[in-house]
Amino acid sequence: MTSSPDATKTRPGPRSTRSDRAPGESHARRWDGFGWGFLVKLVLMALVNAMGIMAAFEAFQVRSWVIFGVAVALLIVADVIYFTKKALPLKYLLPGLSFLLVFQIFIFGYTAYIAFTNYGTGHVGSQEQAVQAALSQGERRVEGSPTYQLSVVERGDELGFAINDDGTIKVGAEDLPLQVEPGAVASGKSAPTEVPGWTVVSRQSLISDQSLQKQVVALRVPISDDPNDGSIRTLDGLSGAVYKSTMTWDAASQTITDTATGTVYHSTASGTFQADDGTTLPTGWVVNVGFDNFTRLFTDASMAKPLAMVTLWTFAFAILSVLLPFALGLLFAIIYNDPRVRGRKLMRTLFILPYAFPAFMSALLFRGMFNSEFGVINQFFFFGANIDWLGDPWLARGAVLFVNVWLTYPYYFLVCTGALQSLPGDVLEAASIDGAGRWRQMRSLILPLVLVSTAPLLISSFAFSFNNFTIIYMFNNGGPAIPGAPYALGATDILISAIWDISGVSGGAADYGLASALSIIVFIVVGAIAAFAFRQTRRLEEFQ
Amino acid sequence: MRKMGIGIVALASTAALLAGCSGGGSTAKPAESETAIDATGVTLTIWTDENRKPAIEAAAKTFEEETGATIKLVQKNFDDIRNDFINQVPTGSGPDITIGAHDWLGALVSAGVVSTIDLGDKTDSFEKVALEAMTYDGQLYALPYSLETVALIQNTDLVGEDAPTTWDDMIAKGKASGAERPFVIQTAGQTGDAYTMYPFQTSFGAPVFVQDDSGSYTNQVGMGGDKGVAFAKWLGDNGKKGTGIISTTVDYDTNNELFAAGKAAYTVAGPWAIDALTAKGVKVKVNPVPSAGGETASPFVGVQGFYISSQSKNQLVAQEFLTNYLATYDAQKALYDADPRIPAWTDLANDVASDPNTAGFLAQTKVAVPMPSIPEMGSVWDLWNAAQVQIINGADPTSTWNKMVSDLEKAIS
Repeated sequence: MTSSPDATKTRPGPRSTRSDRAPGESHARRWDGFGWGFLVKLVLMALVNAMGIMAAFEAFQVRSWVIFGVAVALLIVADVIYFTKKALPLKYLLPGLSFLLVFQIFIFGYTAYIAFTNYGTGHVGSQEQAVQAALSQGERRVEGSPTYQLSVVERGDELGFAINDDGTIKVGAEDLPLQVEPGAVASGKSAPTEVPGWTVVSRQSLISDQSLQKQVVALRVPISDDPNDGSIRTLDGLSGAVYKSTMTWDAASQTITDTATGTVYHSTASGTFQADDGTTLPTGWVVNVGFDNFTRLFTDASMAKPLAMVTLWTFAFAILSVLLPFALGLLFAIIYNDPRVRGRKLMRTLFILPYAFPAFMSALLFRGMFNSEFGVINQFFFFGANIDWLGDPWLARGAVLFVNVWLTYPYYFLVCTGALQSLPGDVLEAASIDGAGRWRQMRSLILPLVLVSTAPLLISSFAFSFNNFTIIYMFNNGGPAIPGAPYALGATDILISAIWDISGVSGGAADYGLASALSIIVFIVVGAIAAFAFRQTRRLEEFQ
Repeated sequence: MRKMGIGIVALASTAALLAGCSGGGSTAKPAESETAIDATGVTLTIWTDENRKPAIEAAAKTFEEETGATIKLVQKNFDDIRNDFINQVPTGSGPDITIGAHDWLGALVSAGVVSTIDLGDKTDSFEKVALEAMTYDGQLYALPYSLETVALIQNTDLVGEDAPTTWDDMIAKGKASGAERPFVIQTAGQTGDAYTMYPFQTSFGAPVFVQDDSGSYTNQVGMGGDKGVAFAKWLGDNGKKGTGIISTTVDYDTNNELFAAGKAAYTVAGPWAIDALTAKGVKVKVNPVPSAGGETASPFVGVQGFYISSQSKNQLVAQEFLTNYLATYDAQKALYDADPRIPAWTDLANDVASDPNTAGFLAQTKVAVPMPSIPEMGSVWDLWNAAQVQIINGADPTSTWNKMVSDLEKAIS
């Protein structure tokens, strides 16, 4: 501490600086003596401010106003809270609250927003982008058009192309059809290097100027007075060819017309361009579809039945995945809590093993073990019988439940052992003196007392099992498939894996809107059940 | 509605016109008329997967040296690229160029996230089937670079090098060889793998979609009717209730394991599985898949290539990089060396055909058909795979198959 200011003052006794500051002032405000607390706060807040400003700046650049607003507001709130004396509790709460806002509320809100749109395959961008796509997809290279070496030329603000058509140089611009320019210079068939009246834009300035590039790519130079002959277009700024566009966009009537066939595609409320005969253009855009996604879940005949099966199985799986392992864990806990059992510590350690193993690896291992032809389960336990564990809907459900019980009972074994060991010994002793049998003690004392401490865990386990994607996906990928079900929904699929299939993350057709709607329903169901169950557990507390 | 292939005719005829003056151009350098551009300050972002990264790095280095541009390679999981590209391009945060498979094309076009490209006089340097696959509704959207397909792989110690002529011939030879199984094919477990099974299906004359006179796909389902049912019956006959040759207990790894251990005489697999199949020293020969239904067995050919984002701010530079730096013999060779797939660059394909396995797969691509790339293909796979698994597991072939076809027609209408 030789560098401390105290040392130089050579005053004896307690650090005098302490007496200078107001009583009760926090370390983080202290700016006298060594001032470490304040410095640390200053550095941390500088980092927070730097990151916040960067986020706001990025959001501003991409014109994402909501994110910009939230970033600025959070930043101001953070600075006010940490640099004023008021709002002391908020100093502790703010980090948690802002993470809650960013990682929970925002994501939930965004999911809710997507659930009311048709976001998915064919509907990902804006209408403007869909129009752009339709126009560029409708533009074809004219059959037999050669590739011309080309130079980009400019005259004032006007951009044009100069092409070398087999030794003849032609120049034109957007409103100026190609004309022969005898004064231009070019060697052989290469791009013109000098064009009278025009400045040849060097490749360098073209490449380094993004807005110019955009204009060049968008530029069409008609090859004659008749626009139906097509126009010169370049994709690389070096060569051009004659292209003809068959699609025209009319913003006033919101229609795209295919001039080759005369078909008119109207912009529809569902975010597609549709012709009168029902044909649509491939690219659509995102629109708000109201409650369509929610009603589709219940009214779409091909969807409703598989989803009902999936929902029922989800409940069965979640409930059984809590009850069975809990019962098994409690049983083992009671057995290994008895002092007469030898080697209890070793046995308890061994029982933890399935729990300590990564769940997805266990699921994969079991998948192999349940293989009806090569798996050890059929070979060792069923004398080589060809039981189709993974192919039969009910056997597959049983198998995945078995695997889940195997994976989770050690958890309940642990929890119940803890609960059993903390049971009040005098109560049990009093019960046995009163003549209560083992079964009576179990039913009236042990079980209720164990449940008091484990019920909240059971509820959270239920919520976890309800969304236990890993085991379903890794074990049998939701299979075997329900015949005729869309999105390859299968007999062991639970709602969360069904959402995964529908969202198309794994490839195939994607429907984010529908998947989001389903997610919201799952959230509401799990939330309601958890709220109800927690309310019920209060009754158990009377036993305490 | 959507027809592939018309544009190919246009492109090919254009190419034919130009073929005279371009003179092969297999080692084409940046366009002769231009000295290399100066693109200092321009950054191109390219998405690639792990395998292809070193090869693209090589091409990128040349490009950076000659033009001063910066190329930022972003390594991604190949399976994630399709969705990430579709979702990020409209927001403006996508890459300029991405690697991708041709069967994404329909989805990419529907999302409006890819630009058309013009290979100009490089067109005739590529295998026709590769360009055809990268063409959607008559427009070329990507620079193809590799082809891949499944073919018959046989254990030469067990059954020699001669290709079996028919399915029955193959099974007979396989049985005579004394191997535990005459033939194995993977079904991806209970998921089903209509892709690997496809050559047998086409040998019954039941393509997934009907092809018109020019060979382009229409959106009319071709699997229905007697021919499709004949294939379904064949599948059932060889499934659980029949000979048991085809079983849903065999997934990809099991298939490789069985073949590599010498327990199976024949299998159908792609070039990506060769390493696993020969891991234990089994000697193999790659032959065309034999016909089970009398017609030619045509597997799907998958094509990989490079797409340009429709929202790229450096369209010209991106096009320049693709057409002048990746569409060269050397760059394509580097891609082949980094990740040996059958090259789409014809000269290179012929050069690497000295490797017998590559030659075998190359021969199979000659009778292969491009995988349809319409966006509805996603729902096709789901229903198609599931129906095959059910039939293999013993469901009634005729009714299961017909239900699948009608579900399919409903789904894509």
